[in-house]
Amino acid sequence: MNRARIRWHILVFLAPAVIVYTAVMIWPLFNTLRLALFSVIEQERVFVGLDNFRTLFFDPIWSEQFWNALGNNFWFFLIHMLVQNPIGIALAALLSHPRLRFAALYRSAIFIPTILSFVIVGFAWKLILSPIWGIAPSMLDAVGLKALFAPWLGKEEYALTTLALVSVWQFVGIPMMLIYAALLTIPEEILEAGEVDGITGMAAFWKIKLPLILPSIGIISILTFVGNFNAFDLIYAAQGALAGPDFSTDILGTFMYRTFFGFQLQLGDPHMGSAIASAMFAIILVGVCIYLFGIQTRMRRYQL
Amino acid sequence: MKRNTLTLALATTALVATSAFAQDATLTIESWRNDDLKLWQTEIIPAFEAKHPGIKVNFSPSAPAEYNAVLNSKLDAGSAGDLITCRPFDASLALYDAGHLADLSDLDAMSNFSDVAKSAWQTDDGAATFCVPMASVIHGFIYNKEAFEEIGVEVPTTEAEFFAVLDAFKEDGSYIPMAMGTNDQWEAATMGYNNVGPNYWKGEEGRLALIAGEQKLTDPQWVAPYATLARWSEYLGAGYEAQTYPDSQNIFTLGRAAIYPAGSWEISGFNAQADFEMGAFKPPVQNAGDTCYISDHTDIGIGMNAATDNPEAARTFLTWVASPEFAEIFGNALPGFFPLSSTPVELTDPLAKEIVGWRGECESTIRSTYQILSRGTPNLENETWGASVAAIKGTSTPEELGQELQDGLASWYEPQQ
Amino acid sequence: MNKARSNPLNTLMMHGALILYTLIALFPVFVILINSFKERRSIFREPLALPNAESYSTIGYNTVMQQGDFFLYFQNSMTVTVASLFFVLLFGAMAAYALSEYRFRGNMLMGLYLALGIMIPIRIGTVAILEMMVATGLVNTLWALILVYTAQGLPLAVFILSEFMRQVSDDLKNAGRIDGLSEYTIFFRLVLPLVRPAMATVAVFNMIPIWNDLWFPLILAPAEETKTLTLGSQVFIGQFVTDWNAVLSALSMAILPVLVLYVIFSRQLIRGITSGAVK
Repeated sequence: MNRARIRWHILVFLAPAVIVYTAVMIWPLFNTLRLALFSVIEQERVFVGLDNFRTLFFDPIWSEQFWNALGNNFWFFLIHMLVQNPIGIALAALLSHPRLRFAALYRSAIFIPTILSFVIVGFAWKLILSPIWGIAPSMLDAVGLKALFAPWLGKEEYALTTLALVSVWQFVGIPMMLIYAALLTIPEEILEAGEVDGITGMAAFWKIKLPLILPSIGIISILTFVGNFNAFDLIYAAQGALAGPDFSTDILGTFMYRTFFGFQLQLGDPHMGSAIASAMFAIILVGVCIYLFGIQTRMRRYQL
Repeated sequence: MKRNTLTLALATTALVATSAFAQDATLTIESWRNDDLKLWQTEIIPAFEAKHPGIKVNFSPSAPAEYNAVLNSKLDAGSAGDLITCRPFDASLALYDAGHLADLSDLDAMSNFSDVAKSAWQTDDGAATFCVPMASVIHGFIYNKEAFEEIGVEVPTTEAEFFAVLDAFKEDGSYIPMAMGTNDQWEAATMGYNNVGPNYWKGEEGRLALIAGEQKLTDPQWVAPYATLARWSEYLGAGYEAQTYPDSQNIFTLGRAAIYPAGSWEISGFNAQADFEMGAFKPPVQNAGDTCYISDHTDIGIGMNAATDNPEAARTFLTWVASPEFAEIFGNALPGFFPLSSTPVELTDPLAKEIVGWRGECESTIRSTYQILSRGTPNLENETWGASVAAIKGTSTPEELGQELQDGLASWYEPQQ
Repeated sequence: MNKARSNPLNTLMMHGALILYTLIALFPVFVILINSFKERRSIFREPLALPNAESYSTIGYNTVMQQGDFFLYFQNSMTVTVASLFFVLLFGAMAAYALSEYRFRGNMLMGLYLALGIMIPIRIGTVAILEMMVATGLVNTLWALILVYTAQGLPLAVFILSEFMRQVSDDLKNAGRIDGLSEYTIFFRLVLPLVRPAMATVAVFNMIPIWNDLWFPLILAPAEETKTLTLGSQVFIGQFVTDWNAVLSALSMAILPVLVLYVIFSRQLIRGITSGAVK
């Protein structure tokens, strides 16, 4: 290397990405955290310290909504973990079976919902589940289960679960693909070695493949976590900004939107909106840290 | 005297000068009435442009649910149109306070409106008016005339008769007695609570007493409407909990339901979609002969963006909107949006005529939650949505709901503390 | 091969399960498409029936064509997606090259800094992004969206592309240097063509979320002239919500371009996911 010559080309190569990324992503992120410390009093923006957070967590009017949204968000996440990922893994296991015919066709078809926009998905399912249009009730009727039908999206006790399942329906393609890719990378020799030991079929899946794809399952879990705690579109498209009935489908994303922009006669409040965004940031950060430092490192060790 | 003449002369030259500038101005209107886009383009704007060559008008609506958010971001960005369609009361007042809406008190044509009509777009002390009133909407019930004949029931006037009619439809079974759902929430509050409520709280008397802090939401006249709503649930269609507002409209216009708790704005849409004859009746009173009260809600006005580049052209347009000519065009093009102009307008649509006729028979009031009471958090209007749904579903008793709303209001509204 | 794997009953069950799930995946799309070609009463009376001579109607499509400016929305979506992808790929590749090719102080730190955004959703910063766009006058322009999507796509692009660039042989680059090529020429002429498959992976990864995003168009560019197809169909559905013919047609028209894009890119997409993603 030579004497402190500035290698300009490195700067030129890095600059556009760093500038755009810093200006449009990192700076606003910190600015949002900063805005959460301000409030508008008599048309002036004033520094209020942690007041907004005190309001958010301890003022019953706000805290009730916040904990409700947070709780709903966890339930939303749990459904994804319990339904989406197992189904995705099962589908991937089936698809990766050697000599399965039409695998590419199935794979492409099952992935289609993932490419549709939330607007389409939300509306389509709303129509199908509508008690007025009658597709879901008449289909249940056809198999003699009419009694099971309920206006799911309109009932506090079912609405969130129903929407979570719709979201699962939409995104099952992602875990399916990622696990499928992971399964393909398992060397044939390992499986053959297992066969020699008499480990075949389901046993081979549980004892050999599953441990090997655990890191992928870890990645999927954290992707699901980040995606779910950042979700907004599907709920907004299906239930509107009020996330009805009676806020039973309200999650952090819709809560933040409603607070930030206001709703009908309620005026928007960017500072409380920032406070909610900061809370979301903290939650996602904690989740990612748990994954990086807890789960991922342990899994590596296990793998070795 | 001399000075006066001088000012007049100056004003005239200024006027001439500005009207010369006003040639070729293009005005953009912000609105949430995207349903009326066609109408503005084919009827209202051509009528204006014919009279005022040199001013072009462009109607640019956004979706109702997003209007407030979209408008705010445009105003902040300085990209909002010259003319702004005004929501009533606090939402527009906030825009005026923030300096986005211009003061229009000195617009001569404002004298074409009554104080009540203007009150929706004035500061609390009435000193400044910032939007020209356009129209109000009236609540009541629209019914399927053929269904009523088929079952052989008469139009109800009292609450007892109303429920008797619903029972008759329920017994017969060929029609859903009433088309309403709770999925979208506002339906239950707007077409439910604020539709039948004024008969209980005696319209303006109760509304103003609530604002003054003399009545509470736990008082019987404010709780009773919830008890009435609770009785509605058995007459709504199966699965009404997931029924959306458009679902309700479709159920009624497809002829599946007999009664539709309505706002008058439905008329033009229903005329286009229903192939049966419709009638309307006003919210039933408790006992025969009681004074009736109707919600005649000042719903839509239009103001001027304080930052507009074409203030003179904008004022010309607003003066025209305030004229009887506009009222006539608007009222007939959009039956169900009743012009607020003091000059009476001859309406041709029979259903709209029937509904507007109630103004002569009943006392008018506006929705109880819109003025002042929705300024704080929690917002009484939004709270009322949830409460009305809870009342219909029976998840809370009317008394509990009254208490909840009262607590929420008292938490920020001084006269109620 | 063992017996269990080739057992015909097992194969049958596997196909059964996959077909069942495929039907579940396609059913809603199918329902929307068939009903968009039926007149209003048949939609309600027999939602699952195929359109026949009696119920066939394209009235919904007529309404959509008259009212919504879907061509403009489509154009906006196209512009935003293509421009964002272009910048993500160009800037991402440049940064990835700098990080993988040169050793300089802060290299590692810079890599970590750029990777931060992989896990943190950009939406968290919405409040401040809006303020910034308002201040710079970019609100209601497509540039606001392009900038945001570029920033959003960069972290993953840099991450994936630098992995690939490390595999490009040094001999080639050194040969170029000996020939007197500048660092820029080496990058654009020699390296970029070699990582084209990785760039395709990045492109398909970013394409779908950008195309389908509702949040930023709703907040940053809701004006009529800048509406994207996703926002346009959302707004359209909001307006015509009672007119089911129009809504179903609008949905079908929103599905169509995505399906076409998917058919074109599906092999690339699947290859991208199955090769580059799992590291």
